[in-house]
Amino acid sequence: MTMAIEAEGLTKRFGTTQALAGVDLHAREGTVLGVLGPNGAGKTTAVRVLATLVQPDSGSARIAGRDVLADPAAVRSLIGLTGQYASVDEDLTGTQNLLLIGQLLGLRTREARARAVELLEWFDLTEAAARTAKTYSGGMRRRLDLAASLVGRPSVIFLDEPTTGLDPAKREEMWDVVRRVVADGATVLLTTQYLEEADALADDITVIDRGRVIAHDTPDGLKHHVGGQRLRVRPVDPARAGDVARLLTELTGGAPAVSDRGDLTCRVADDALLPELTTRLQRAGVPVSELSLHLPSLDEVFLTLTGRPTDEIPLEAA
Amino acid sequence: MTTTLTERAMPLPAATTTPTTSSFWRQAVVLARRSLIKTWRTPEALIDVTLQPIIFLALFTYVFGGAIAGGSQEDYLQFLLPGLLGQTIAMASVSLGQNLNADIEKGVFDRFRSLPIARSAPLVGAVMADLVRYLILFTVMVGVGMLMGFDPASWTGVLGALVLAMGFALCFGWISVYIGMIVRTPGAVQGIMFLLIFPLAFGSNVFVSTETMPGWLQAFVTVNPISHLVSAVRGMMLGGPVGNNVVWTLAWMAGLLAVFLPLAVRAYRKRA
Ligand SMILES: Nc1ncnc2c1ncn2[C@@H]1O[C@H](COP(=O)(O)OP(=O)(O)O)[C@@H](O)[C@H]1O
Ligand SMILES: [Mg+2]
Repeated sequence: MTMAIEAEGLTKRFGTTQALAGVDLHAREGTVLGVLGPNGAGKTTAVRVLATLVQPDSGSARIAGRDVLADPAAVRSLIGLTGQYASVDEDLTGTQNLLLIGQLLGLRTREARARAVELLEWFDLTEAAARTAKTYSGGMRRRLDLAASLVGRPSVIFLDEPTTGLDPAKREEMWDVVRRVVADGATVLLTTQYLEEADALADDITVIDRGRVIAHDTPDGLKHHVGGQRLRVRPVDPARAGDVARLLTELTGGAPAVSDRGDLTCRVADDALLPELTTRLQRAGVPVSELSLHLPSLDEVFLTLTGRPTDEIPLEAA
Repeated sequence: MTTTLTERAMPLPAATTTPTTSSFWRQAVVLARRSLIKTWRTPEALIDVTLQPIIFLALFTYVFGGAIAGGSQEDYLQFLLPGLLGQTIAMASVSLGQNLNADIEKGVFDRFRSLPIARSAPLVGAVMADLVRYLILFTVMVGVGMLMGFDPASWTGVLGALVLAMGFALCFGWISVYIGMIVRTPGAVQGIMFLLIFPLAFGSNVFVSTETMPGWLQAFVTVNPISHLVSAVRGMMLGGPVGNNVVWTLAWMAGLLAVFLPLAVRAYRKRA
């Protein structure tokens, strides 16, 4: 499989801050790599290194085989960058913003105009095309910004926290847009603080914290790694929680956690337990409104990975 | 919007052409046009090359004119206008660095830097667009000056003065570009530029002739590039002797360009 993004051992220090302390990133062509990490993890710095805006102190990176340090001009002709803070020109209209990029890329005015029209239409900005970006809402700015990074039809696209600060409805709209871009064949590196977002969009996830990779896996693989499956039971009658707890303890050997909503959850190693539990619940005469086996949420994964010192984490950089 | 996007199921627009490598100048012109659109949208950005010099011209002519040039305001206007032109060009360069600094702050330059274009194109584009501001300045000053009674000796001289002043502005502006690249905020650009410009603008022959000053100051005034520009412009506009002031001005222009253009481009490259 051809690698669209390869980075090894990237380090970058700003004064006393070690923004990157040896980061490896890999994305196969046509896939979405989610780079997940809290604020200050080094996501933006990593993106800026890959997009030739920042020189790393050490390490190397290639975009579609072109070296970021040795051949930045070639890399720039392959990539599209949508930064963390929408970098649209507020004093220009939507159309003018896109025209500017098209003309800079050497398109003839007519072609640049046609491309701008296409993209505005595609991002649902046609009606706002003649207004200055200053008047746009947050979501519209993000879309215009993303459109601007697509003018040159890049094969590798960097999206730095594309939905931070958007409300949930707008976030899902943005997800749709990202899926479209990927369906078109581009490779996308997407950074996010939202586990839900990485889970929804990414083929692979690299978790970084304090400039280090602390995990790299598929969304499901990541969830598997971090502590098995969860069994959740909710008795119809909350008063029977005690009985359910006893059954669960007998079966799994561990006491379940009880939530405010009356759910009982415990870790299980073997999913063959599920039919056994059903039988025992029936025998005990405890009707349940919910009985499920599920993977831990990415939020739980993240907490496990970053909630303690990184060197204690069993998962090492992939 | 979710529904339209999903229902439409439209693929990304397919490639019609692959972008050709466009020349450096084309890119610079495109970026200059961007700056001009922005100026057009915010006309108050032109105050420093329109209202401000008019007010200076009127104030200095009518307040000091009577006292300075042997009591004749008309004579003083003749003397003052070319001088103020030189001073205003220096002052008006401040906004160039401020705008570039704001572009960097806002992340607009990140996009430019991630595009396959010449690294210095955004800087050169901004300087080119600034030239339009200086043209406005020149026209307004000479126009309003003539309404007030300014009487240039010849239009060829005025044209010569225009060319020299524009050339000087193009070179002097790189100081502002450089400062814009190295400081953190647009406000700081202004602060530093004023520190630099005030001695140049007032420690010059803009308002009074050099002979009236103490010797040590005369030494400064005679090397001051603004003084040379002003003397040259004055000579051309009023038909007086130009001397070697044009040569000195050109030498300064070359020097400023040789020092500050590479400095600015390097600072721009380094700025993360
Ligand atoms: N230009 C810079 N100067 C100084 N410190 C920086 C700079 N850029 C980033 N940092 C620091 O590096 C660390 C990583 O930042 P960043 O890459 O922006 O993280 P993230 O995008 O994951 O929030 C942070 O501590 C941040 O303050
Ligand atoms: Mg960031």
